[in-house]
Amino acid sequence: MDQEAASSIVVCPDGPLIIRGEFEIVTPSGDAVPRDRKTVALCRCGASAIKPYCDGTHKMIKFRTEPPAG
Amino acid sequence: MRIPETRGPLSSALFTVLAQAPDSAGTELDALHRLAARQVAATADIIGHEDIQLALFCLYELHYSGLDGVSDHWEWEPGLIRVRRLLEEPFEADLRAAAQQAAGDLELPAGGAMSSDQVADVLFGLAGKDTGPSVSRYVARKANLDQLREFLVHKSMYQLKEADPHTWAIPRLSGRPKAALVEIQADEYGGGRPERMHSALFARTMRGLGLDDSYGAYVDAVPAVSLASVNLMSLCGLNRRLRGAITGHLAIYEMTSSQPNRFYGNGFRRHGFGADVTHYFDEHVEADAVHEQIAGRDLAGGLVEAEPELLADVLFGATAVMAIDSRLSAHLLSSWEAGTSSLRAAVPAAA
Repeated sequence: MDQEAASSIVVCPDGPLIIRGEFEIVTPSGDAVPRDRKTVALCRCGASAIKPYCDGTHKMIKFRTEPPAG
Repeated sequence: MRIPETRGPLSSALFTVLAQAPDSAGTELDALHRLAARQVAATADIIGHEDIQLALFCLYELHYSGLDGVSDHWEWEPGLIRVRRLLEEPFEADLRAAAQQAAGDLELPAGGAMSSDQVADVLFGLAGKDTGPSVSRYVARKANLDQLREFLVHKSMYQLKEADPHTWAIPRLSGRPKAALVEIQADEYGGGRPERMHSALFARTMRGLGLDDSYGAYVDAVPAVSLASVNLMSLCGLNRRLRGAITGHLAIYEMTSSQPNRFYGNGFRRHGFGADVTHYFDEHVEADAVHEQIAGRDLAGGLVEAEPELLADVLFGATAVMAIDSRLSAHLLSSWEAGTSSLRAAVPAAA
């Protein structure tokens, strides 16, 4: 049987990256970024006020992860 | 919870019945049933009816923390459940009518069963067009200290038992939607740390404003529509047939939460309150940005994939919360703009 991965990243359409499982979030120098929950949402649109976490702002700026239909 | 003040003949008759032991209250119980039937038949607006909403709130409370001095045996007494159903049926009918209005011309993707991504899309779309009056903006920019307290008093009817109504749904789900709900609820309940439970964070915020944080302390102060917003959750949580509705409710609740909570936090910061008071709101900005994704896609979407016939109820739960919230918001804002209290009774000034 395949070994389950220790963690997974869900790529949410028009939204953040949801990360669950065993992982660490660290600064470039290796310090832990404060984290209050097991499963987190990481900002992907760049507009969150609480980066690296998502605060839902992507909805306000109409962030899209798919290229516009040609 | 302590027994509230009565608000009319129905709550009065209910408290008389509950003061007795279940096996010696037969006559009064029959009288209560007849009275409830008459009240319901004579009421056009169940959602806004003080006496009916209070009676329903207290009937539901028997399934949560109970009522002071009332026998725990009342919880599953068939005669009392009969009364509850008599109130629930027209309440649900009113909610469905209000929800349908809130949904407007909802467009669903063409073709058969919907995928979880499509369900999440529809729910995010609904949440995005929720353009009702904004209490959060008012709190951020204008609310005075008394209005901040009123805001907390309204919210306290749910937030001091935050997440409990949705927990009823866990054993009614399986697989992906169940795992999703448990993941959200574990976070709501503090991830194993009682001091981080959202209800505990809310209690700390109340104490920071000099309010009583014991559950139900302000039940006499809040109007019918505040009770109705909690009764909606209890209705959908306690009835297995409405498991679709409770997932839709939670999804919209989470999807309309992150940004408003930032505004709420700003309103309390504007009055000089520190992190002990604002942490509840700041926590929700981050938590609900996680929860909205899980609730929309894995919980509500996963449930619809497993049981496609529940889609209509998912949408009912989602739009019912929008309808009730906008009615409550309109009440708060019209009271505050007119310079009056949104509560039924004054709340004692902070100690």
